[in-house]
Amino acid sequence: MASIGFNDSDLLDLQRRLVILRVGLLLVVALLALRLWHLQIREGPYYRDLSENNRTRSVVLEPARGLIFDRNGILLANNVPSFALYVTLEDVKDRPALVTQLASLLNLEPELIQKKLSTGKGGKLQPRKVKDRLTLREATLIESHRLDLPGVMIQVESQRNYPGGPVAAHLLGYVGEVSADQLEKADFADLHQGSVVGQYGVEKWFDRQVRGRAGQKSVEVDALGHEKRAVVSDKPVAGDDLYLTIDARLQKTAEDLLGEESGAIVALDPTNGDILAMASRPGFDPNLLSKELTNKQWAEIVQNERRPLNNRATQGQYPPGSTFKVVMAAAALESNTVTPSTMVRCNGGYQFGNRLFHDWKQGGHGSVDMNQALIHSCDVYFYTVGQRMGIDTIAEYAKQFGLGQETGVELPSERVGIVPSTAWKQKARNQPWYPGETISAAIGQGYVTVTPLQMASVIGTVANDGLSIKPRLVQAVMNRATGERAEFPPTVRGKVAVKPATIALIKAALADVVTKGTATRAKSSLVTIGGKTGTAQTAALRTGPEKDIPKKLRDHAWFVAFAPVEAPRIAVAVLAEHMGHGGSAAAPLAKDVIEAYVKAYPEVLKGVSAGGRTKSADARPKT
Amino acid sequence: MIDRVIDSRGLDSFDLRFMGLIAVILSVGVLSIYSVTHSQDAAFPFYLKQLMWILLGTVAFLVMYLSDYHKIARLAYPTYAVILIMLAVVLVMGKSSRGAQRWIPIGPFAFQPSEFAKLVLVLVLANYYSRVSRAGWLHRVVLPGLIVLPGLLLILKQPDLGSGLSFLAVYAAMLLMVGVRSKTLGVILLLSVMLFPFVWEMVWASLHDYQRERVMAFVDPDYDPGGKGYHALQSRIAIGSGELSGKGLYGGTQSQLKFLPEGHTDFVFAVYAEEWGFVGVLVLLALFIALIWVSLEIAARAKDTLGALLAAGIVAMLCFCVVVNIGMTAGMFPIVGIPLPLVSYGGSGTIMTMASLGLLLNVKRRRLTLFY
Repeated sequence: MASIGFNDSDLLDLQRRLVILRVGLLLVVALLALRLWHLQIREGPYYRDLSENNRTRSVVLEPARGLIFDRNGILLANNVPSFALYVTLEDVKDRPALVTQLASLLNLEPELIQKKLSTGKGGKLQPRKVKDRLTLREATLIESHRLDLPGVMIQVESQRNYPGGPVAAHLLGYVGEVSADQLEKADFADLHQGSVVGQYGVEKWFDRQVRGRAGQKSVEVDALGHEKRAVVSDKPVAGDDLYLTIDARLQKTAEDLLGEESGAIVALDPTNGDILAMASRPGFDPNLLSKELTNKQWAEIVQNERRPLNNRATQGQYPPGSTFKVVMAAAALESNTVTPSTMVRCNGGYQFGNRLFHDWKQGGHGSVDMNQALIHSCDVYFYTVGQRMGIDTIAEYAKQFGLGQETGVELPSERVGIVPSTAWKQKARNQPWYPGETISAAIGQGYVTVTPLQMASVIGTVANDGLSIKPRLVQAVMNRATGERAEFPPTVRGKVAVKPATIALIKAALADVVTKGTATRAKSSLVTIGGKTGTAQTAALRTGPEKDIPKKLRDHAWFVAFAPVEAPRIAVAVLAEHMGHGGSAAAPLAKDVIEAYVKAYPEVLKGVSAGGRTKSADARPKT
Repeated sequence: MIDRVIDSRGLDSFDLRFMGLIAVILSVGVLSIYSVTHSQDAAFPFYLKQLMWILLGTVAFLVMYLSDYHKIARLAYPTYAVILIMLAVVLVMGKSSRGAQRWIPIGPFAFQPSEFAKLVLVLVLANYYSRVSRAGWLHRVVLPGLIVLPGLLLILKQPDLGSGLSFLAVYAAMLLMVGVRSKTLGVILLLSVMLFPFVWEMVWASLHDYQRERVMAFVDPDYDPGGKGYHALQSRIAIGSGELSGKGLYGGTQSQLKFLPEGHTDFVFAVYAEEWGFVGVLVLLALFIALIWVSLEIAARAKDTLGALLAAGIVAMLCFCVVVNIGMTAGMFPIVGIPLPLVSYGGSGTIMTMASLGLLLNVKRRRLTLFY
């Protein structure tokens, strides 16, 4: 056989060549070992990071927002569980296909999804919230397509819910996803795309307290981005609870009183500034606004002519009309322009230069003193004293009562109105002040504008004998974890420089307004009420009876009131847009609010005789 | 005949060492396969299947060990013919996977002729060179080259770049062993350099898209982690993140969470490296070096040319597969689809490797018997 017929030297030669294989092998294996040492030892930590990134996704655990209660512990805002859909781009293999799929499964516009995916901080590993408030059907649909949707995650989150629906909507506000612009700001630095923040009302003002702190979950995922197990949990911290000063029932009453009309009602406790109710109509349902709205839905709300998002109580600026006479009276008496007994003759008009300023009452009120002027709201009396005082004195007192400046209520975008003066006109209009303009200002027309909240504060200050307390909406903030309740004490804004006698005179006159003056329709059998009517003109030229004028040109009806007269515990400002005379349109609403309040809190009548009755507090059940 | 003389001394310590090394490396493989696939729900899990292949491989080992290798070598040409037919059959009716047709389905399993073709080529070339006069480059280079060519072309046509390269490696190793003179070597090198661009054009044109992408990805695996360089990058992450001591058994997140594809087959080394770290890698490399060293010992002590050539060819094949597999998982070479011998899951590969090792030990046994 050939196998043994070989040449020995050939075999030896062949076997010597094996050395080449040995050396080659050792060299190559050394190279391999070197490469592996490089990978595992030198670059090991780098690759470990890469593998950690590969497998872990950090998922933000949204905190539950703090609850919001009224002064009696009635729940105004809470949270309900809902499904949110997140996408982690790192795990998405085919982004356009995913967008198309999600668009059809969730019935969303593809552009919207695309936008959600391309905004936000963090890299491709940061999950982006594409939609929240998924219906159960949508959530199950997504879950059943899970395998075809790598990178898609359904999270259960808590969603803001307002059990009362539209009640107190302007106060509470609503929440929404933090916007790209907001994310740039320092206040929102610890937030991320998809975070929910307050966008209006106390939700916005107290967002830092209510927001809570987000937690984090490290989720181990497989190559398709599907959750395998949660690795670490940094628990989210719920936001603080807010205790508002409002009484939800009174709030509802006030809103229902306005009904379908536009207007505002503000009720506050003059002794501590607590806002008991702040109604603004038309309103909205914050539950709807807290959802993701389409551009069209949003446009419908914003472009609504009646401006339902506008909080008329703090943002509506109206001429105060005759309610301004309260301020005028204090200014006239304190500046010694008149004494309480100074008489002014009213013939139904006031001639200034070649212009005749009418009194609201044809034929006039005859000869009136301060008390009479207030009771019957005599315009000529105040034209006269206004003219004597001059605009700057009027402005000085108006400012003392808090007009022309923020009340400081805890609501965003409060408007301040206008307290005109010579300096103001020079600055704002670059024109000198014309004396004739003082006459309009004297009865709260012309340049003077106020918000209903400011007027409530003015009448509250009068009721509180000149001590002005900052209106407030929030009594206390409670830390959910510790149970610690931080009370906000009332803040005194200052004491107006008005003598007690002056205040007493004004209060007595205002009580008479209700018993025998322009606001007899506010007279209550339950409680003594003092108040002042106002009718704010919206158009300069008006002729003919009220009912012939188109509604949008009709006057605004004002009424400011306080009760009980003897020891006031509630101050109310009512503004009913285009409802005509304050005495007929606004005064009854104020009466209803006050009556609802004293029924709910009978202790405010304690030691007070009401409506001509004898002291009845002892007969009432104590609370 | 002397061939008939049986080694009366039975298994000696050398054999035990040789088989012990094989057993340990096989165990590493089964363990790694179990680690990657244990979470899969299967009636017949991969590690059990692999154990079955090892059992069949042991039978193949014993058959190759106990038969006379001269007789086996005599069957080389007919067997090569059969393999060529099978390779042709694969092209016509083979089962395809990821763009390549490599398997012939047999019941629930798939048979991969290209794996066996490697061993058959070793037999054919060893047989050829042991008989044919070693004078003249025509007989040394061209004729055996013509023998290699049909098999090589059929394998590349599948396409199976890995097996094709193994084929060339066996041929090159054999040429080296039979002693190509420096002049011939120079001519071959010169021709290679001159022809390279043309051959590269041909090869590149014949490559499938996924192969081109792999080659491109090799150049820069980081440029598209989700796409072309995915395998290479995930494999490197797996190995690198193992660091010094590894993440522990079942702790390899890359493989457990399926970031690393083919964890039980071509990329089993990455799984092992992730779980056992650099320490484990050195141990495995040492095991392979020991096995190859022992095998080279057998080649060096073979008492005839056929035995020496067989042993050398098998060792060369083994070396090539180990080096290229580890090199490709570690990102040194493009991914060509060569399994890690004795470790990667696979029926054809495991049986072929064990048969080769049986034949190797057979050469050693014959060496001993020749003394009698």
